[in-house]
Amino acid sequence: MTSSPGGRQGNGKPYLWAVSLLGLLVIWAVAAEISQSRGLPDPLAVVDALWREAGTGELFYHLGMTLLRVIAAFVVAMFIGSAIGIALGMSNRLNHFFDPWLILFLNIPALVVIVLAYIWFGLNEVAAVGAVAVNKIPNVVVTLREGARALDADLAEMARVYKFSKLKKLRHVVLPQLQPFVAAATRSGISLIWKIVLVVELLGRSNGVGFQIHLYFQLFDVATILAYTLAFVAIMLAVEFLFLQRFEKSITRWRGQRA
Amino acid sequence: MLDVCIDQKSFDTANGEVLKAIEGLQFQVPAGSFTCVVGPSGCGKTSTLRVILGLDTDYQGTVSIAGRGRVAAVFQEPRLLPWRTVEQNVLLCLPVEVGESQIQDLYQELGLQDLLQFYPTELSLGLARRVALARAFALEPELLILDEPFVSLDDDTAGRLRKLLMAVWCARPTTALMVTHNLREAVELADNVLLLSERPTRVVADVDISTPREERSDAVISNYVRQLDDLRHAPL
Repeated sequence: MTSSPGGRQGNGKPYLWAVSLLGLLVIWAVAAEISQSRGLPDPLAVVDALWREAGTGELFYHLGMTLLRVIAAFVVAMFIGSAIGIALGMSNRLNHFFDPWLILFLNIPALVVIVLAYIWFGLNEVAAVGAVAVNKIPNVVVTLREGARALDADLAEMARVYKFSKLKKLRHVVLPQLQPFVAAATRSGISLIWKIVLVVELLGRSNGVGFQIHLYFQLFDVATILAYTLAFVAIMLAVEFLFLQRFEKSITRWRGQRA
Repeated sequence: MLDVCIDQKSFDTANGEVLKAIEGLQFQVPAGSFTCVVGPSGCGKTSTLRVILGLDTDYQGTVSIAGRGRVAAVFQEPRLLPWRTVEQNVLLCLPVEVGESQIQDLYQELGLQDLLQFYPTELSLGLARRVALARAFALEPELLILDEPFVSLDDDTAGRLRKLLMAVWCARPTTALMVTHNLREAVELADNVLLLSERPTRVVADVDISTPREERSDAVISNYVRQLDDLRHAPL
């Protein structure tokens, strides 16, 4: 579910990244030049479309709506998924009972969940965000369940002897151990969720990037479709690089080396 | 004081048999005294400590701890929270009523004053054990349980740590029960030594170490160790 296999950190070679992306751009431009078709506009046409949409403010409005849905679905999925995952990881009995449900939900196509949510709950925001969250929850459950299974029993005993309250234990003993698992669920979560949000918008919302892509699909305006896509990919990458990586770095400071 | 009376403690093994770990184990640790428990490995010492600490309630018998029942433990592994600094590790285990000023002396005595902002992963095992001792004594416990706190250290480090433990304990006397497999260590530290049998665990002998600690020279300690060794190997 990770979006770019093989080392996304750049590993200190940003110029290689730039060259690589530039190469892709050149191939695209050449292909567009050769094909001369409406189906494959050249990069400049996409920049034009981007500029036009930005000028009218449409771009920012729809990007904003999609981003809000991504955030809402992400928060809901992480909270509910973590709670269920931790519960299953800590109790063998619960886990045995709910494991088949989990396998079932993991294998239900996103599209089915979205369609059913719209049918059962109507074409509204709650159904949209809820459908996205339901698609993501099983992944969070599986990841956090692994984390809860790996919890250190020695530290739990220490907390018991020193009479930690439930809250203290959660904050200082349990959550720090789950942090790498939360980080893993977060990373795969963001990339999965924003893709599903576009489908939800395409099927039943009247704004957002998915809605716009649907609109320009009907107009056969590939340049504008690509403009929205690239703008949104840029935002999601920015979220990942600026926010998530910094966040992870700040809470893994303690992983030092034995002196 | 601590009063232990475990009639029976057994485990179900993987192949369905019942393994008796402890049977008829009875002993007392007088208030304010330091008692060492010595027994063959695998005899159920750690099981006994787990029962006393309330980590294992599946046994027949009684364990009573006088007072408010405030118990601290130093485990075989330091069991510090790796994501908290030395200072946070100690403070987190304190009840609200213990003031921070008393802890400063404790840091000094254990030589931790310059290490408070370090993370446990940055410390050697010996230093991490000192932090575990600080954490236990900071609680001002009525009962202090120590489970082989000097195991897997080199002799010098273990010796220094034993002296530190004694200094801190003498300044803050509390009822202490320490498990070890090292008879010399037991004689050096304890007011009395309990010898345990093979599984199922019982007390074989309870020996007073009446010589004052400052007069326990190597010769005196060797003498006691010989005496204890004879008891340990005596036919039952």
